[in-house]
Amino acid sequence: MVDLKIKIQKLELKNPVMTASGTFGYGEEYTDFFDISKLGGIIVKGITIKPREGNPYPRMAETASGMLNAVGLQNKGVDYFIKNIYPEIKNYDTNIIVNINGSTIEEYIQVAEKINELDKIPAIELNISCPNVKEGGMAFGTSYQSAKAVTEAVRKAYYKTLIVKLSPNVTDITEIAKSVEGAGADSISLINTLLGMAIDAETRKPVLSTITGGLSGPAVKPIALRMVWQVYNSVKIPVIGLGGIMNTSDAIEFIIAGASAIQVGTANFIDPQITVKIIDGIEEYLNKHKIDSIRELVGALNV
Amino acid sequence: MKKIQDFNIYANHRLNYETFILELKAPEKLPEIFPGQFAQLKINNHPQVFLRRPFSIHNVDYEKNTISFFIKIIGEGTRSLQKLNKKNSINVIYPLGNSFNLPKQNNVLLVGGGTGVAPLLLLSKSLKNNNISPVILIGGRSRNDILQIKEFEKYCKVLITTEDGTLGEKGLVTQHSVFQTDKFPFKKIYTCGPELMMKAIGKFAKKNNIECEVSLENTMACGFGACLCCVVETSKGNKCVCTEGPVFNIKYLKW
Ligand SMILES: Cc1cc2nc3c(=O)[nH]c(=O)nc-3n(C[C@H](O)[C@H](O)[C@H](O)COP(=O)(O)OP(=O)(O)OC[C@H]3O[C@@H](n4cnc5c(N)ncnc54)[C@H](O)[C@@H]3O)c2cc1C
Ligand SMILES: Cc1cc2nc3c(=O)[nH]c(=O)nc-3n(C[C@H](O)[C@H](O)[C@H](O)COP(=O)(O)O)c2cc1C
Ligand code: FES
Repeated sequence: MVDLKIKIQKLELKNPVMTASGTFGYGEEYTDFFDISKLGGIIVKGITIKPREGNPYPRMAETASGMLNAVGLQNKGVDYFIKNIYPEIKNYDTNIIVNINGSTIEEYIQVAEKINELDKIPAIELNISCPNVKEGGMAFGTSYQSAKAVTEAVRKAYYKTLIVKLSPNVTDITEIAKSVEGAGADSISLINTLLGMAIDAETRKPVLSTITGGLSGPAVKPIALRMVWQVYNSVKIPVIGLGGIMNTSDAIEFIIAGASAIQVGTANFIDPQITVKIIDGIEEYLNKHKIDSIRELVGALNV
Repeated sequence: MKKIQDFNIYANHRLNYETFILELKAPEKLPEIFPGQFAQLKINNHPQVFLRRPFSIHNVDYEKNTISFFIKIIGEGTRSLQKLNKKNSINVIYPLGNSFNLPKQNNVLLVGGGTGVAPLLLLSKSLKNNNISPVILIGGRSRNDILQIKEFEKYCKVLITTEDGTLGEKGLVTQHSVFQTDKFPFKKIYTCGPELMMKAIGKFAKKNNIECEVSLENTMACGFGACLCCVVETSKGNKCVCTEGPVFNIKYLKW
């Protein structure tokens, strides 16, 4: 039996496969398709202090090997989550991780404090990289000073595992990664979506209501893989890799580049059972290569 | 309960130069499917088609264990579906979305434009099974665009409009004489088709205080409520078309 267990500081995962925020709802959307407790973790849809209606239609455009989204963090707010959603999902035998968002540092702190009180939530993912909101979001993740400021502030308010999710829309990802490590992050996840755009040539209009949106899917994978490798080589805390993972081989590549765990996003839309296939695939890979533990593969790039 | 299954191609036949019926055989006994529900079809091995494609369920045959789709060729995804033959199989997520609500009384009008007739066949069947004899008004550009009449005639009285007057009354569906009478005889309207058509019908229904349900399309990535990409503005806030629709009562839409 190969060992798929991995630790992200205090957070224990039964396997390195998690689902990316905003692509897996609150988990319940997938229970008809497979037993979601098989997952290493579920990162639920981004949550804010107040309810958000998100952006108007149209919010999605298919692109070559990917898609653009402009959802804009539609959610019913942290209090609704605690009262109505948390009780429904807290007993799944997997790590439920909350993706938190804000337009000011104060808002991030308020959400983090409330989530801190929930016994069955072992970690938060601080989203400083959402490209689809007017205020806050990605603005915090694109300068090392603001990334540091928000991470430090949330670190003081939150006592469990703090993952910070980085934006790829920066010149030097390692600079941001080092600053959030210095500010007390337990782990870094990357990448969020790349800022992109689609135009309808016939009408000369933008396809998305917000003009620009976030690109995800296999189109972004080479960029994500490169950034995971760069960050792995510049920080000591564990890295969680994502961006365009569609199958087992993609997942293994991220682990070899330095990811201790991976997240699957857009691929869930096309094959809602893809995560279990990847978990089985990783096990097969380890057997085939006679590797006892997934931990041996992290950062095992032959150069 | 939603299912994800590989279906075999049972039949694939063209209705006209751009429309075809794709009939798929389920690997096991079909669950009950309600009129208005849709499926997400996976397009295989096509570099330009990344996401699944949503289609309304046009018909269900529980004896043969098949479901069929009424599909118009729009782009690469639909073109590759048109090429499927009996040797192929296709992965399907279904049944998705809500469904039309059956009316409280008789006197029901269905209005379909273009591929909008797709969900109305299963609805007609279900109305008929509930002892309601619906009237359907089908609109198209020309006589070659008015399809599945024989199928609809099994369950409904069929009225037709064509823009060029080659079949039925000449004009747009909304100009048909049923809408011009002083006493509109119908108590409920179900409609699916181009947005402008549905909006015009919706307006008529609102003005005349007639119950009206519409089946909407939207840009969908998942089709089962996970991505929040498919919203429509309603009086109760943004709603997902794939889970809280595709069928909406027009009184909640901001039309
Ligand atoms: C809930 C739901 C039910 C549907 N039911 C049916 C059905 O029963 N039968 C059917 O034929 N279609 C139906 N559709 C529409 C169908 O999903 C699209 O036509 C299909 O996805 C097009 O895929 P494609 O790859 O061929 O074209 P694409 O390559 O995706 O599109 C080609 C071009 O056409 C445009 N386009 C895409 N969809 C439409 C559209 N609906 N109208 C006008 N322009 C469009 C695109 O913007 C693009 O420019 C339904 C859609 C939804 C959301
Ligand atoms: C529809 C959609 C909604 C998303 N919502 C969020 C979100 O709320 N919070 C967040 O941190 N990332 C969000 N993301 C980004 C994903 O979590 C992920 O970082 C990105 O899609 C890249 O991974 P992928 O290519 O595997 O999808 C969203 C992505 C998509 C496609
Ligand atoms: S298409 Fe994903 S939520 Fe509707």
